[in-house]
Amino acid sequence: MSERKAKDLRPVVNESGIAIQPVYSAADVEASGGLDMLGLPGEYPFTRGIHPLMYRKRPWTMRQYAGFGNPHETNKRFQYLIANGQTGLNVAFDLPTQCGLDSDDPLAEGEVGRVGMAIDSLRDMEIAFDGIDLDQITVSLTINGSAAILIAMYLAMAEKRGYDLKQLRGTAQNDILKEYVGRGTWIFPVEASVRLVGDTIEYCAAEAPRYTPVSVCGYHIRESGATPVQEIAYAFCIAKAYADDALKRGLAVDEFAGRLSFNLNIFGNIFEQVCKFRAARGLWAKIMKEEYGAEQPESMWLRMIAGGGGGGLTFEQPETNIVRGAYYALISALSGTQTMALCSYDEAYTIPTEYSARISLRTMQLLIEEMGLCDTVDPLGGSYYVETLTNQLRTDIAATMAEVDARGGIVKLISEGIIQAEVSAQAYRMHKAIESGQFRKVGVNCYRVEEADKPVEFHPHKDDDAQLQIDSLNRIRSERDDGAVAAALDRLRADAIAKRNVMPALMEAVKAYASVGEMTKALVEVYGRYQEPIRF
Amino acid sequence: MDRRIRVLLAKPGLDGHDQGAKVVVRALMDAGFEVIYTGLRQTPEAVANAALEEGVDVIGLSSMAGSHLPFCRKLRVLLERHELTDRLWLVGGNIPAQDHDALRELGVKGVFAAGSKLDDIVTFIKANVQ
Repeated sequence: MSERKAKDLRPVVNESGIAIQPVYSAADVEASGGLDMLGLPGEYPFTRGIHPLMYRKRPWTMRQYAGFGNPHETNKRFQYLIANGQTGLNVAFDLPTQCGLDSDDPLAEGEVGRVGMAIDSLRDMEIAFDGIDLDQITVSLTINGSAAILIAMYLAMAEKRGYDLKQLRGTAQNDILKEYVGRGTWIFPVEASVRLVGDTIEYCAAEAPRYTPVSVCGYHIRESGATPVQEIAYAFCIAKAYADDALKRGLAVDEFAGRLSFNLNIFGNIFEQVCKFRAARGLWAKIMKEEYGAEQPESMWLRMIAGGGGGGLTFEQPETNIVRGAYYALISALSGTQTMALCSYDEAYTIPTEYSARISLRTMQLLIEEMGLCDTVDPLGGSYYVETLTNQLRTDIAATMAEVDARGGIVKLISEGIIQAEVSAQAYRMHKAIESGQFRKVGVNCYRVEEADKPVEFHPHKDDDAQLQIDSLNRIRSERDDGAVAAALDRLRADAIAKRNVMPALMEAVKAYASVGEMTKALVEVYGRYQEPIRF
Repeated sequence: MDRRIRVLLAKPGLDGHDQGAKVVVRALMDAGFEVIYTGLRQTPEAVANAALEEGVDVIGLSSMAGSHLPFCRKLRVLLERHELTDRLWLVGGNIPAQDHDALRELGVKGVFAAGSKLDDIVTFIKANVQ
C-alpha cells in the first residue's frame, strides 16, 4: 500500500487509547521496547505464560459461575455441571449472603436466593457441597464483604468432612477494595475491610497454605466502565495494597504472594485483550521481583481466571451472545489463562439456565477438543503486532499505576470516591460513543432488527425458596447450643476490638452454627458500616 | 418553568450494579437537571424520605438484580402516605418486558429498560414534569 493511501485510512484507536497501525514490522517491536520482556513460557518474566507447557500438560480449569435458590438446588446444579465435564466450581451467593444479612432480615426481602444461593449457616455449606470431592473439584467462592465468614465456613465444612486443611485447595474472591469501585457488596469501612482481608491471608498462610484467600479483580472494575489499561492498573494497585498489609504483619513475601490470584475480564478487541494479559503477566512478575524482592517463581506468577465478560453482552438479539462468548473463550485460551468462565448468552437478563450454562461449557470444550488451542503455548507470541501492543500496554499500565501512587495511593483514592468517579466518567464516555455509533456494537447501533427479539427462556425465580430457607434457618437456631454461639460471638467482638486476627474466632463461631447475619452484626458493632462517598 | 427540574435517582435494595445509574446521573446533569443520587442499598423508606426532603419532581430507580417489583410495591404505599404520587416515577435497568405492566399499575410512568437512549429519558422527563 502506498503511503498516500495509508494516510487516507480512517484512524483506529483501541479502547486503551492506543492508535493502531495498518501494518506492523520488526521496527515497531523495537521502537516499543524490543523483546526484553518476552522470554520463554515458564520463565521470568512469564509474559508468554506461567508454566513451560501450559495446556499441553493440562487444559484450563472450566469454572462456570453457578448458584441460586437454596443449597439443595445449587448442589443439583453443581452436580449437573460436573457431570457435563466442568472441572471446578465458582459459587454464586445471593445478595443477602454477600451483604452479611440472614435470610429473614427485613432488608433481604425479595432478594433471597435470587442471584445466587442463600447461605445462613455452616449447615447450608454442608448441603451445598454434599457428595462433591473437594480434592478433585476445586471451589471458588465469589464472596467479598462477608468473605472472612464464608471462608471460615468453607474451611470448617471441609475439615468436618475429613479433608486436611494443609492440603486443601480452593479460592475466595475476597477483594473488598474493588467492591467499592464496582459490584458494591461492601459492609465495613475501608480500613477495617482491608484488615479483614489481611486476616484471611495471614490465617491461610499458616493454616491452609494451599488455599487462595484472595482473587484480585480487575473484572468488575472493567464492568463498571474502566478501560483495559485501567482494569489492570487498578487491580495491581489493589493487589499491592493487600501485599503491603501482609508485609506489615511480618509475613515474608514468598509466604503469601504465591497464593494471590487474579480475576480479569474479557470483552472487546481480540488483540487488545490478548496483549493486555501478556503485558500484565510480565509487569506483575517484575513488580513482585523488583519491588517486593520475591524469590520464588510462584510469587511472581500472575495466576488468573479470565472470563468472558457480561459487559460485552447485549440485550438486543441475545443469541449473538453465544458467538461473543465463543470469541471471548478464544481470547482467554490465546491469553494463557489458568481458569476460564463464560457469561452465558442469557446473562444480560438473568442468571443462566441449565441449558445456557451447558452451551458455555461446550464452547470451552470445543476449543480444547476440536480447535487445537491446547497444542502449543502462546501461539500469538512473536507477531509484530502482538509484541508491539503488549509492550505499549505494559508501559501504559505501569504509567497509570505510577499516577495512582503519585496521587496518594489506591486506598486513599477509593476511600474518597475518586477512582469510582473516574470509572463512571469513562462508562459515560463509552455509553455516548455507543449511542452515537462511533463505537460499534452489533445489534445495538448497527444491524438492528426491528421485530421483537425471540423470547429468551429465563431461569425461573421461585418466591417459595425464601420461606424454605427461613424455615431451615429457624430450625438451626432452635437446635444449636446458644451458649456456645454467644461465647464465640463475644470472642469475635473482643478480637476485633483488640485488632487480633479474627479468623480463629470466626472458625469457632461457624462451628457453633452462628449465622452469617449474627457474625456480621458482631463485626459491625466494632467496625461500623461503610458510608459511600458520592462524587461525580 | 422558573426553576431547574429536581431528580432523585436511587439504587433500591441490595443490588450493587451502579454503572447504569451513574451514567444516567451524568446525562441528567448534562441536560441541566439538578440530580440527587442516593448511592447503593436504599430501602423504600429511605427513597420516600429523600423524595420528600429534597422536594424532587422526579423519582428514578435503577434496578439490575430482579427485585424491582417487591420494592416498588412497598414504595407505592409510602408514596401514597407522603402524598408523593404526583411526582414522576421512573424505573430503569434490567426490567423484563413481562413486568412493565405491573410497574405501570403501581404508578410508574416511564420504564426505561437497558438499551434505552439517554436522550429519550431526558425528553420524557421534560415532557412529563408538570
